[in-house]
Amino acid sequence: MKFRAKLVDAACLNNFTRVSNMIAKLAKTCTLRISPDKLNFILSDKVANGGVSMWCELEQENFFSEFQMEGVSAENNAIYLELTSENLSRALKTAQNARVLKIKLTNKHFPCLTVSIELLSVSSSSRVVTHDIPVKVIPRKLWKDLQEPTVPDADVSIYLPVLKTMKSIVEKMKNISNHLIIEANLNGELNLKIETELVCVTTHFKDLGNPPLASENASQDRNSEQMAEVHIDIRKLLQFLAGQQVNPTKATCNIVKNKIVHFDLLHEDVSLQYFIPALS
Amino acid sequence: MERIPADWKEREGFSRRWWKWRTLGQVCEQKPARGLGLTLQVTASLSLLFLAQLSLRTVNSSRSAYACFLFAPLFFQQYQAATPGQDPLRCKILMKSFLSVFRSLVILEKTVEKCCISLNVRSSRLVVQLYCKYGVRKTHNLSFQDCESLQAVFDPAVCPHVLCAPARVLGEAVLPFPPALAEVTLGIGRGHRIILRSYQEEAGESARHGLGQGAEMGWDGAGPRFPPVAVSTDSTIKAMVTEMSIGGEDFQQLQAQEGVAITFCLKEFRGLLSFAESANLSLSIYFDGPGRPAIFAIKDSLLDGHFVLATLSEPDPHPQDLRAPELQQPAPQLQAHSTPHLDDFALDDIDSYMIAMETTVGSEGSRTLPSTSLSPGFQPHCSPGSHSEEEDDTEPSTVPGTPPPKKFRSLFFGSILAPAHSPQGPSPVLAEDSEGEG
Repeated sequence: MKFRAKLVDAACLNNFTRVSNMIAKLAKTCTLRISPDKLNFILSDKVANGGVSMWCELEQENFFSEFQMEGVSAENNAIYLELTSENLSRALKTAQNARVLKIKLTNKHFPCLTVSIELLSVSSSSRVVTHDIPVKVIPRKLWKDLQEPTVPDADVSIYLPVLKTMKSIVEKMKNISNHLIIEANLNGELNLKIETELVCVTTHFKDLGNPPLASENASQDRNSEQMAEVHIDIRKLLQFLAGQQVNPTKATCNIVKNKIVHFDLLHEDVSLQYFIPALS
Repeated sequence: MERIPADWKEREGFSRRWWKWRTLGQVCEQKPARGLGLTLQVTASLSLLFLAQLSLRTVNSSRSAYACFLFAPLFFQQYQAATPGQDPLRCKILMKSFLSVFRSLVILEKTVEKCCISLNVRSSRLVVQLYCKYGVRKTHNLSFQDCESLQAVFDPAVCPHVLCAPARVLGEAVLPFPPALAEVTLGIGRGHRIILRSYQEEAGESARHGLGQGAEMGWDGAGPRFPPVAVSTDSTIKAMVTEMSIGGEDFQQLQAQEGVAITFCLKEFRGLLSFAESANLSLSIYFDGPGRPAIFAIKDSLLDGHFVLATLSEPDPHPQDLRAPELQQPAPQLQAHSTPHLDDFALDDIDSYMIAMETTVGSEGSRTLPSTSLSPGFQPHCSPGSHSEEEDDTEPSTVPGTPPPKKFRSLFFGSILAPAHSPQGPSPVLAEDSEGEG
């Protein structure tokens, strides 16, 4: 197992830092999957912890100027590492005026992802910061739990409004209720709703637009006005929204009635899928 | 009534001086550092010494950190010391109460025009008067105890290793370390690069091994240094190890050979750095081997500051491995020096450095008879009994339930009484933290 990568471009470094910050906000520990052409940050929570899962994908070419890896074997050419996502984001935070950033898999008593940063300094001398992030190498037999989640056949698929707006609304709703109902229809309408004994608050979004559904049969036997709804834990939604510092180029929400809500965000170089299961 | 006024006013750098007073307080009033003996308590007391110069001194409860600031008379607009020939005045005040006077820099800067500090011996009060706008005058009467001079015995000149750099360089160097990090290791790496590395007890093995072998193994950290050990703990507990390496060119003075390293408390170091940075000063670090106190010094024309911090003693480069039974080291010779010898080792070099904590016999009396207890001559009976009493008195943190963490050797402070007055034997081990990690 070998892995080393080098980042020199400041814009790429910024992007990568942003991704790691987002991951740190979304998950305390995550799995980093390294394959020859892609990096994935994976979260697959146990049902007891809320069952949230995440699949973040970036093409290594878009970030790294050098990228070498050697997986477990030729046919399983990948490396799965479990790490504390805050460590990575903290390590990258020190790379703000870096000349070169190198990431490599090392073994220092225990496996580490070593991030070494050559800093620009005012004087001619070089400064180097090295962070050894402890990681756990995930054995081959557990990989099957960390595969890309299949996107369920959605009842309704809808484009999301500006995420910042959504966040500030959900933030306020969280003060009132722990549960939130997301409902949407094929007419471009999305509602965020909380209901308590005392109050019922709904925020309506209109004309959001619906992406074309993959399977036609779902929409045919449905009235386009009819809402598909799902009850979720409001904190999970807020955590997802709080992690989004930059509005994505495309943001879609897929609702499977009373089962799951799936958010699909597309940035320039990064895609993020986030799954929040329905509360039973 | 005896008055030793010391006041200052808008002449040059008024606000800078306020800043100095305030940061000084912050430096001295660090919150307890987790898991360490280095707890500078909020209730720590500050010792003021009115000599030809004003001196502020404090020590933390475990006696592992000591700070001393000396203000030149020029720092003040007017400085009137005790009458010549008289003994210097010393008083011990609660840090908390002194700090509360200088708490808010913004308000001080906006409103205060003059500050006058004086000593009212008769009523045992340190009087701090703030002359504010519109004729408002705020008077703070702080009660004090008189005390012997709090003096750590240290001499930068005997330290073989010296580093000196602008505080800014060091301040930037500690930036990458997480705020919660307790200790940092400072060492000299290959090519005379200065290395700062986070020290973690959990991940201590790796951090220390790296340093201990830095000169031979190189600091780049590439490749495994040791055969992988069966790590029994979950990897998520281990903390990230951060290392900063700075070229020697950034240092004004670098007199230390490769491979030396000391580990000390980062919080106190940060406090000192922020103070030195604000005043744009250079910081000199004088140090010896592990376990010997490190001296941090700053100096400008008006102010002279010394910090003495205990460093982790590390006689055995592999102690952690040996201590943890599940980490069986294959090399048998390592097991030869296992844990019990830590203490012996630690005891070796104590006497050369630190003596004993001051004996403030007078303090008991001073509460009732404040006017009589100032001069050292009034303390004729420094019996061991009264001494230990005082120890209990001033050191609530040494109750059995909360022993100071062991690995830091506490500093011992010497009374600067004349030897004739000194009641102690040659090695009064008072606050020695005893165990070497059971």
